[in-house]
Amino acid sequence: MGPLDLLALSPPGWGATLLAGLWNSLLIAVGAFSLGLVLGGLGAWGKIHGGPVTRDLLAMYTTIVRAVPELILILILYFGVTDLVNQVLIAFGHERIQISGVAAGITVLGVVQGAYATEVLRGALLAVPPGQVEAARAMGMPPLLMARRIIFPAMLGLAMPGLSNLWLIATKDTALLAVVGFGELTFATRQAAASTKAFFTFFIAAGVIYLILTLLSGWVFARIEAWARRGEPRNAGG
Amino acid sequence: MRGAEMRAWLQPHRIALGLIGLGLVIWCATTMRWDWLPKYAPMMAEGIWRTIWLLVLSSVLGMALAVPLGLAQAAGPWYLAAPARVFCTVIRGTPLLLQIWLFYYGLGSLFPQFPWIRQSDLWPILRQAWPYALLALTLSFAGYEGEVMRGAFKSVPRGQLEAARAMGMPRHLILWRIWLPQAVRAVLPTLGGETVLQMKATPLVATITVVEIYAVASRVRQDTFIVYEPLLLLALVYMLLAGAIVLLFRQIETRGPQVRRPG
Repeated sequence: MGPLDLLALSPPGWGATLLAGLWNSLLIAVGAFSLGLVLGGLGAWGKIHGGPVTRDLLAMYTTIVRAVPELILILILYFGVTDLVNQVLIAFGHERIQISGVAAGITVLGVVQGAYATEVLRGALLAVPPGQVEAARAMGMPPLLMARRIIFPAMLGLAMPGLSNLWLIATKDTALLAVVGFGELTFATRQAAASTKAFFTFFIAAGVIYLILTLLSGWVFARIEAWARRGEPRNAGG
Repeated sequence: MRGAEMRAWLQPHRIALGLIGLGLVIWCATTMRWDWLPKYAPMMAEGIWRTIWLLVLSSVLGMALAVPLGLAQAAGPWYLAAPARVFCTVIRGTPLLLQIWLFYYGLGSLFPQFPWIRQSDLWPILRQAWPYALLALTLSFAGYEGEVMRGAFKSVPRGQLEAARAMGMPRHLILWRIWLPQAVRAVLPTLGGETVLQMKATPLVATITVVEIYAVASRVRQDTFIVYEPLLLLALVYMLLAGAIVLLFRQIETRGPQVRRPG
């Protein structure tokens, strides 16, 4: 069979398997990125406005997660979270459950993303000109409205390059779940390659898919950044 | 300064947190199973050594590739700049795990088809897994650092290069004496972080049967069915390695000539 037959969508080809893997990868990347943003937002808020204990705990969280390889965090959290949930369930007299790969993957990668997002969002939050916040407060703007109208739009442009990087890391980190046997794109590729012995065909095809994803996301994030910075003067910051 | 630093550590909440941490460590040491440790200690030491060795070699070789890659993108003619840019984009746009598997399974299945490779003196080396691991890690580091070096070369003030040219300095001497030292100097703070990232990538080579520290820990898990203890020890080892890398780069940074930046 030629390379195109191997990549065909119908059964003798493995195209459908690869696309199913891609769908899983995207699902986990989007989920982990969103969870990371929520954790990162809370973390950034805590690091700036929290008490001393909160700040120290958050510093430990970001330091540990950024010093230990993702693969090991994935294994610790993967086994640990599954175990913990089951022990709680058994303690309350329920049956043991199998946590789905997608849920575990999103949780684990989300916690990792959260540590990096904390730093990105903290930097962006600190870079919002304090005069604008003070002005809003002086006008009697309620905190939520101020967050929505003043802080968030000012942060967005500053945070976009960092967030774009994080999204790319999220898409590439989904590949690590292949090591725990979760059927995302890299795992599907390896399966296809191992059973057909056409290693180059499949690994290069998967590489092209990842590359298209990366280039496409880079373009989308650049558009969002341009939109978020639309009110800023052209020459600010080069 | 020292006194202030000491006082910062001796705040009540930090002492409390420290005690809680100490309690956790003691709890881990006493209630968890560590009886496997003496048996596997030599293997773990060997694994740590192999991790360090892979990290150092791939970083040094990768950096050696990154300098021409950065230079080509920053100042090269288009026929050098374009391939360098494509290389960096491809490496940075695909997962490292995929690259490692491509080299190991792809090249590994291609080479035995050629008799002249099988009969060459290199074959005993090419049959092992570590050359592919080293190749993948080196190219990955080169791809990321090539991009960093591009920015660093561009950050060196043009006036300095023009001055050197005006003095009649030959081009290789300009690169060697003026351009490269300042680019490396500018990149040092980033490089520490990048080396930690490279260290975090090394356990991936365990998936192609290179026995470094992560692979040893997996082996303990498979042999003894003890799940958490090896993983926790592994996390500790990597944290210590990361700390050592950060300290090392801080040393190098303070040792070099201090840059005086105009206001």
